[in-house]
Amino acid sequence: MAQSPSSTSAPASTMAMAPDAAPSLPEISFINADRGIKSWLFTLDHKRIALMYLVLTMLAFLLGGIFAMALRVEHLTPDKTIMGANTYNRMFTLHGVVMIFMFMIPAVPGIFGNFCLPLMLGAKDVAFPRLNLLSVYVYAVGAGLLLYAVAAGGVDAGWTFYAPYSLSTPSTLFPALLGIFVIGFSSILTGLNFIVTVHTMRAPGMTWMRMPLFVWAAYATSIIQVLATPVIGLTSLLVGIERVFGFGFFDPARGGDPIMFQHMFWFYSHPAVYIMVLPSMGVISELVTSVSRKNMFGYKMIAYSSLGITFVGFFAWGHHMFVTGQSALDNGAFAIISMLVGVFTAIKVFNWVMTMYRGSIAIRATLVYVCGFLFFLVFGGMTGIAVATVSLDVHWHDTYFVVAHFHFIMVGAVITAFFGAIHYWFPKMFGRMYHEGWAMVAAAFIVLGFNATFVPQFLLGNLGQPRRYYMYDDKFWALNVASTAGSTLLALGVLIIIIYLIYALKYGSIAGDNPWGAAGLEWKTSSPPPKHNFITPPICDEEPYTYQKKGEEVEHVVV
Amino acid sequence: MSDAAAAKGEHGHEHPWYLAHHFDSIDVQNYAVRLGMWLFLGTEVLLFAGLFLGYTVYRWLYPLAFQAASRELSLGMGTFNTVVLITSSFFVALGYHAIKENKLKKCVAWLALTIICAGIFLVVKYFEYAHKFHVGQLPGKHYTFEGIQSPGANMYFSVYFLATGLHAFHVIVGASILAWLMVRVHKGKYGPHYYVPVELGALYWHLVDLIWIFLFPLLYLI
Repeated sequence: MAQSPSSTSAPASTMAMAPDAAPSLPEISFINADRGIKSWLFTLDHKRIALMYLVLTMLAFLLGGIFAMALRVEHLTPDKTIMGANTYNRMFTLHGVVMIFMFMIPAVPGIFGNFCLPLMLGAKDVAFPRLNLLSVYVYAVGAGLLLYAVAAGGVDAGWTFYAPYSLSTPSTLFPALLGIFVIGFSSILTGLNFIVTVHTMRAPGMTWMRMPLFVWAAYATSIIQVLATPVIGLTSLLVGIERVFGFGFFDPARGGDPIMFQHMFWFYSHPAVYIMVLPSMGVISELVTSVSRKNMFGYKMIAYSSLGITFVGFFAWGHHMFVTGQSALDNGAFAIISMLVGVFTAIKVFNWVMTMYRGSIAIRATLVYVCGFLFFLVFGGMTGIAVATVSLDVHWHDTYFVVAHFHFIMVGAVITAFFGAIHYWFPKMFGRMYHEGWAMVAAAFIVLGFNATFVPQFLLGNLGQPRRYYMYDDKFWALNVASTAGSTLLALGVLIIIIYLIYALKYGSIAGDNPWGAAGLEWKTSSPPPKHNFITPPICDEEPYTYQKKGEEVEHVVV
Repeated sequence: MSDAAAAKGEHGHEHPWYLAHHFDSIDVQNYAVRLGMWLFLGTEVLLFAGLFLGYTVYRWLYPLAFQAASRELSLGMGTFNTVVLITSSFFVALGYHAIKENKLKKCVAWLALTIICAGIFLVVKYFEYAHKFHVGQLPGKHYTFEGIQSPGANMYFSVYFLATGLHAFHVIVGASILAWLMVRVHKGKYGPHYYVPVELGALYWHLVDLIWIFLFPLLYLI
């Protein structure tokens, strides 16, 4: 295994770079520059806002995780285990709503986008710091509305809110819809802010082709956030108005068209998948060069493929609707466009793998997350091509196969990137190191536990177990138990991470400015960074990810 | 003039009050806020896009009912409101021109005229709505109008109330923004050195106008 970073010495890479500098925490950083609760609640500092997002989205993640565990426990037996059918319906709805709208969409842009984007660009802050703060509070209000919907009886329409059931369900749908509408504003504000920041706040010398790939990914994500989110806002508002006034906009009994609801819903919710996964791809681009200590292979291709995914992602939504009676032409068009996403994703995957090839790979928790991510993305992506194939999808539609597929992307890939990002930037955020040994253990738990949870679900779906059903046939029992067992491993991994990271906040060894020996402007300032990011405004004078000069061999460092 | 009052930045360097200290220069800041505004206008267009989609689908499904229901609107009031809004867009553009020329009083006057136009628009809209409530054309369960009884008419009035209602909300927001800007202009906050907020307010108002220019023929002139 790796060296033990719990010792007081800094990691070897730093020592190799600056052998005589014993790292110490900077006396004044953004964390202690201003004191008092007000200085946090009214902060305009993007780094503090990132930490606020970290706390809020982690709480949402734990809540959604508790719902998920309750669902898995319920499925330990084919009939009732711990909850009734109505509770079950509310549980899977809330699991989806909380995880998607409260965790996956805001998490990586909100935390790592906010923290890293200005640092990576060499800027003092994002372009609109007030809007940035506003986005946190808007998020909190929206999340509060969603939680109110939970407390006031729950929602049972599924996170997709398909009409006409969503128009007539007696559960407390309205506050949840309003919550989604409000959280959408937060997402738009973040996206708008990032786009303008990338355009206007780059340091001298930071050309577009020198920007870190995480910035490219965040930029591509922001375009989706800005262009797609208003549509889900309007859609959820329309369903809410339907419920209050009964206009019949989506109600076939009054002449409305429920299929139009699906079109409007997926016009946002399919690109929303890329809001979740594109920033994760950006994170992996950062991690993969750092962990391989090698220049990025195919930098431009990775940058452009992010924009490619954004573009085709907008025109793929119909693949959710193959069984709604869409014309064969529509089905074929949506199927082919959906497969183009696979092409752009594959471009990234090949480039990441080529970056690792003949690199000097450090065996660290971040490496485990990179490998886990690559596996989940390829496996989830390939099954994505499979469900984008119309003839196959008719068989798999609304089965656990689809559940397993999108969990591979939206949970497997996003969670590994999310935890990879936390581990990678934790020293930068707090100036301290976590325990590498425990981090490897937890990462292994997460990767293995995730596979154990969702590989059985692929098999279940292929055997024909429908999603969202409260009870299932006895023949599905064994695989369901296997899935639940896997999910406990996954949960255990998350718990271990939370424990050692909180421990490391106070007792971790001092990290130093650049514990990974990584390239990029964010590593050239202190850890944690000062309030205005850089003591002297940085100038970008080299190509991105310069670990070796042109023609230079990779220096193999043994850690 | 207020630009003489320079604020001391946290790095100790001097900059005018209207330049946020994380921007290098006023040009960069202006570029940033303009870009931000255009992106925001893009989100507004997509917010309305769903309703235009609904219009397209239901008009295609119920062409005759849409035609018949459209006759129920007051063409006179709609046309009058269209003229009012287009005129208000002209006024706000003149206001923007005035502030660039450092004619503060004129700018306040043009903005005031714009807001008055917004008020006229809303009053006319109120009378239109009141009439429709009265004859039972509110769609859904309240629909009691006996003139046209088809699901298509219900859909037409759904689109009508949703689209014009959302638009009226934007008129209120836009007028409020212009009122706030008017007060700030009156206080002498803006001038030829710094007029971008007025420009952004005017842009927003133009969008409000533009959406109506699409809604009017689609709803009134079919």
